[in-house]
Amino acid sequence: MSAPAIENLSRRGFLKGMGGLTLGFCIAVPLGPAALAKIGVSQAPTFGFNAFLRIGSDDTVTVISKHLEMGQGTYTGLATILAEELDADWKTVKVEGAPADASRYNNLFWGPAQGTGGSTAIANSWGQLRAAGATARAMLVAAAAKRWQVPGAEITMRDGVVSHAASKRRARFGELAEAAAQEKLLIDVALKKPSEFRLVGRHAPRKDSADKVNGKALFTQDVQLPGMLVAVVAHPPRFGAVLRGVDATAAKRVKGVVEVVQIPSGVAVLANDTWAAKKGRDALKLDWDESKAFKLGSDEILAKYRELAKKPGLVAHNAGDADAAFAKAARVLRAEFDFPYLAHAAMEPMNCVVQRTAKGCEVWNGEQLHTGDQHALAAVFGLKVEQVKINMLYAGGSFGRRANVKSDYVVEAANIVKAINGRAPVKLVWLREDDMRGGYYRPMFHHALEAAIDAEGRLAGWRHRLVGQSILKGSPFEGMVKNGIDAVSVEGAANLPYAIPNLRVDLHTPEDIAVPVLWWRSVGSSHTAYSTEVFLDQVARAMGRDPVALRLELLSKHPRHAAVLRLAAEKAGWDKPLASGKAGTRRGRGVAVHESFQSYVAQVAEVTLAADGALKVDRVVCAVDCGIAVNPDNVRAQVEGAVGFALSAVLYGEIALKDGVVTAGNFDGYPILRINEMPKVEVHILPSPADPTGIGEPGVPPLAPAVANAVGAATGKYPGRLPFRVEDLKA
Amino acid sequence: MIALVVNGKARQLDVAPDTPLLWALRDTLQLTGTKYGCGQALCGACTVHVDGVPTRSCVTTVSAVAGRKITTVEAIDAGKVGRAVQDAWRKLDVVQCGYCQSGQIMSAVALLTTNRKPSDADIDNAMAGNLCRCATYQRIRAAIQEAARNLAGSKA
Repeated sequence: MSAPAIENLSRRGFLKGMGGLTLGFCIAVPLGPAALAKIGVSQAPTFGFNAFLRIGSDDTVTVISKHLEMGQGTYTGLATILAEELDADWKTVKVEGAPADASRYNNLFWGPAQGTGGSTAIANSWGQLRAAGATARAMLVAAAAKRWQVPGAEITMRDGVVSHAASKRRARFGELAEAAAQEKLLIDVALKKPSEFRLVGRHAPRKDSADKVNGKALFTQDVQLPGMLVAVVAHPPRFGAVLRGVDATAAKRVKGVVEVVQIPSGVAVLANDTWAAKKGRDALKLDWDESKAFKLGSDEILAKYRELAKKPGLVAHNAGDADAAFAKAARVLRAEFDFPYLAHAAMEPMNCVVQRTAKGCEVWNGEQLHTGDQHALAAVFGLKVEQVKINMLYAGGSFGRRANVKSDYVVEAANIVKAINGRAPVKLVWLREDDMRGGYYRPMFHHALEAAIDAEGRLAGWRHRLVGQSILKGSPFEGMVKNGIDAVSVEGAANLPYAIPNLRVDLHTPEDIAVPVLWWRSVGSSHTAYSTEVFLDQVARAMGRDPVALRLELLSKHPRHAAVLRLAAEKAGWDKPLASGKAGTRRGRGVAVHESFQSYVAQVAEVTLAADGALKVDRVVCAVDCGIAVNPDNVRAQVEGAVGFALSAVLYGEIALKDGVVTAGNFDGYPILRINEMPKVEVHILPSPADPTGIGEPGVPPLAPAVANAVGAATGKYPGRLPFRVEDLKA
Repeated sequence: MIALVVNGKARQLDVAPDTPLLWALRDTLQLTGTKYGCGQALCGACTVHVDGVPTRSCVTTVSAVAGRKITTVEAIDAGKVGRAVQDAWRKLDVVQCGYCQSGQIMSAVALLTTNRKPSDADIDNAMAGNLCRCATYQRIRAAIQEAARNLAGSKA
């Protein structure tokens, strides 16, 4: 065992968490015994050790997750960290979502706010949950030492069993839990050395698999409360339109419809069940005032952006003297890239259950921004923040959508409850079309890049101009906007890792576009990785250089980028020629490397193009450095899924506007990848001693540029817009 | 009243005849394992079996399936194929967010019930109507093959 190594930030956060420490019985009962049984909550007595751990007399180890499980495997990963230091038996570990309470469950990377995003869950919890596990372990040891009258130093633990070899005594966690929970909290406990890990870095099966294969997993969509009404809402047809009038006569005649109410975001139809609410909503006669609505189409927005790109923007990064390098250049290369709005299109459309209670209000939600939503709900009802109780349920995907800086759908649900004076609990259900047209898209972007090659054939200058809306302006995260530059607009571009002596990145942030925007899995890197990595390949081709060799040369000061790039190239057989395809087809192989959220991912994509432009991505080889891989199988799963998620955006993803109206409403207008289009994905994890960083997002950014570079290798042409158009791929 | 046989039990439903089976299962019978994803048979999250045939319950009215046998994910472990599929899903940790997985499993069980040795192309054909935004497709394919192997082994 090593000396105490609790990292300061985490330790502070952990100790703060101890302030809310509750001992003894503490089962939260949000849904009643039947629902508890449904989500697998044990009814045996449990004993709290700290804000993150309870142990039951039946040996159940309950880890409290302060982060949302939306598919990224965080419940399993967080439990692995705590269980490791506790020496728990993985089979007896269960995970429960934490309540909204920033005093105990804040994201340590976000200061006083609780929430999940930016691939921070494992990274910010690493030190905190190790400490939570190690201190609880020490309490169990102390309780056993007292009971057996033996020195604590002679006590060993493994798989949920406490043993004293000399006296041949053993006890399971459950037998010691009540006494141990009364022990003094010891802070100066030792953490394990990585060589002592028995769960971290090994295979710990997902904790949510069982309930997600038999229909028992509880999503917001599945919540049923006594007397609950279902609400379906008519939203404005364009962003910024306001209601002039509504005739609800026909809607109210639909069997099952209970009430129709006007709320700030539209008109809500409340009914006894979802189908009646939908029929009622569809029967509304609505009159919208669209005089102030946003009426531009995607083509017009893009034209504005291209015009803006002709003028200098605000400088986001400046090194050397880019203009001088271009003035002296022997050769200048240019490229432009266009990126559309993208919907998150989680399989579970947005929804939320809200109930007024004697104490305030209670919410059931796939909750991703606890503190922000608590404040927003408190404002709607005129409550104190602590009167807003939030039950965090599984989210059927999110990809950023449920972390809404304006708490849009959560506030909508609350406004409906307010409009009926809190008479009944309400489940707000967005139908797919409501979700698809509800805004908060990955912003549309236009990029213009130039490279200067000097007389000696070196890449001497790089100018990169971006045009796109800010996600952070006007949000609670506005502090990340510095000197007019939204950090997430230029992430991945302003911190380009390549050793280019003269480099300037500038940004235009149009503020007259009323389309709501939001982070979408990998945020700024979802477009900056594409423009930088595809343009670099074009530069390499123009210089007659191998794309991997040129990158490695330019990454001399970034060993982690270089290491994943080397590993991906080696595993993909980059040094061997790619096997040719059937007659009439063209094959190509492309590479990209990108860091996001302090994790490093390189991907090599192999593609086959038919003469008519049909594109098949055959294989993607990925190499990942995310520090210590807490759960390697989940790291692989996340990167496999990220490849498929990103490939949807390459092949199809586009939320287009026509006269301000979002054209797509469902998966016919906004297709996502199907199983027959899924490439074979290989994921190789680079062993690392570094503290873990995130893996939910970092697999996304390199995929699109790797595929584009493979197309470029096959055709000599690099797609300048996403999604790919067949005319850009034809022979 | 519309009579259905759901997971082996006779049920009488007092719902409008145009109610999609999906909402009758979820809101009336509280069988919430079957999911709403699109309402237009575009995503497959609502897949159930009607007399053993995989069916999109979001576009199938209750009146259209009156008197028929409906099986949902809650009862899929009653059959050998269902258990083999669930076992394989757990063994390979297929799920991520999990929301589409009830539908994936219903489609996979239907495939393996009629085709005990599906090729990759068979799997693509049978599963292409089930969207997974987390893109767990690689593991879905592997789990179907794993279940097929186990079913072949258990027969021997």
